[in-house]
Amino acid sequence: MISARGLTKTFNKTIHAVRNVDLEVDAGEVVVIVGPSGSGKSTVLRCLNLLEIPTEGEVVVDGFDLTDPSTDIDSVRAEVGMVFQQFNLFPHLTVLENITLALKKVRGKNKKEASEIAMQQLARVGIPEKAESFPRQLSGGQQQRVAIARSLAMKPKIMLFDEPTSALDPEMVKEVLDVMLKLAADGMTMVVVTHEMGFAKAAADRLVFIDEGEIVEVGLPEEIFNNPTHQRTKDFFNKILY
Amino acid sequence: MADNKPKKRRVRDSRPWWDTFPWWGVLVLVLIGWMAWQISFNSNYELAWDRIWPGLRVTIRATFQSFGIALVLGLLVGMGQISKNVFFRNIARTYVEIIRGIPILPLIFVVALILIPLLELDKFLNFEMRATVTLSVIYGAYMAEIFRGGIQSVSPGQSEAGRSLGLSRRQTMNSVVLPQAMRAIIPPLGNDFIAILKDTSLLSVLGVLEITQRARQFSASTFKFREGYFVVAFIYLLLTLSLSVLLSVLERRMTRDRKGER
Repeated sequence: MISARGLTKTFNKTIHAVRNVDLEVDAGEVVVIVGPSGSGKSTVLRCLNLLEIPTEGEVVVDGFDLTDPSTDIDSVRAEVGMVFQQFNLFPHLTVLENITLALKKVRGKNKKEASEIAMQQLARVGIPEKAESFPRQLSGGQQQRVAIARSLAMKPKIMLFDEPTSALDPEMVKEVLDVMLKLAADGMTMVVVTHEMGFAKAAADRLVFIDEGEIVEVGLPEEIFNNPTHQRTKDFFNKILY
Repeated sequence: MADNKPKKRRVRDSRPWWDTFPWWGVLVLVLIGWMAWQISFNSNYELAWDRIWPGLRVTIRATFQSFGIALVLGLLVGMGQISKNVFFRNIARTYVEIIRGIPILPLIFVVALILIPLLELDKFLNFEMRATVTLSVIYGAYMAEIFRGGIQSVSPGQSEAGRSLGLSRRQTMNSVVLPQAMRAIIPPLGNDFIAILKDTSLLSVLGVLEITQRARQFSASTFKFREGYFVVAFIYLLLTLSLSVLLSVLERRMTRDRKGER
């Protein structure tokens, strides 16, 4: 589904955010990326839908080579959902309008069809009653669930999550993770950057540990948690609480 | 300790009414009332008023036309400044920097008396049109900055979210970024509208018969300088004050209609 080879991203020609990363994600797989802050894990994720343009290397998503300039990136992005740390809901639109916007503009649905799909997805994330609210009237957890519903409404083949719970108050983390767990159980292909080791344990098919822009270790979550082979991985897991 | 407490607890609500009363409004109203009285009952002021106010048509026409053209120009140039295209970006930037660096009065001379004849447009444009074009070109640059700033005030996360959903650059700009930028754009645009109204007085240097020019002519021919210039100042004040009241009502209504917004 996703295949990145030799992925490298440098900023200002000197700062290596990502170095020579190879990552394969199969359909239905849940891959969790962990690592210290500033390690480049978000940059890797953002290269997968070209929010960052890789300096070198190749990214193939769903058969489309993203680094090829002739690829229509808009149509690839329509198939790849993205959930952000800061939610990035559109504050001038209601919850329903947030979800229907792309359905109407990109998928060409009429208002009625789009609203139906939006309501289905809102029910799926558990807040259909908030359809007419504006984002600022919702709690952080609710906003993030709307953001997930907004992506899911496009029927994406892949979902990318960029630290989806990091901006949330602690008591709201669970409601978002529950939605994500359900999604994983439904067989969605997911790449998740997170600090939630509990989620990684429960849902990840593979855990990728990134440090200083490089993949240090890849494996089953249990293996890496219990006996990491690299010193850097050991240091990281010794420092965090979970 | 305990007996200090009530004194320290003085909060805003306890301020007396005369502290918060808008006295300035009373003073302005008194001034306006006095001028209105003079114009109605003093024959010299009446004469000045009769000679000057027909110029209002020109003043208002020039204001609306300049504002309209400047709005379009400003949006185009503002978008140009944040364009990915290196050519457009630099053309837009050059234009803005040159205009902003020169005072309006010499710019009016340069554009209306030199550039327009140089481009051989003087055959089609009378002096009022030339002056209107000049004001548009000047305010187009100011408004470009307003549009650019407004668009950039919308967090980049918003357009990333739009693009991630598969919206094109243009769709994201129109449906996501511009509606939010409007909140930052509309108040300063209102200020510019008032500023244009005031700056149409500069058209008098080209001999355009708007109210300032008429006041000058009236004063010079009758030697009634006080009457002529008081009346023209009064007209401007009346226009700008009522416009700013109108604009603040408009702004308030805009923010109330979308109560869900920040």
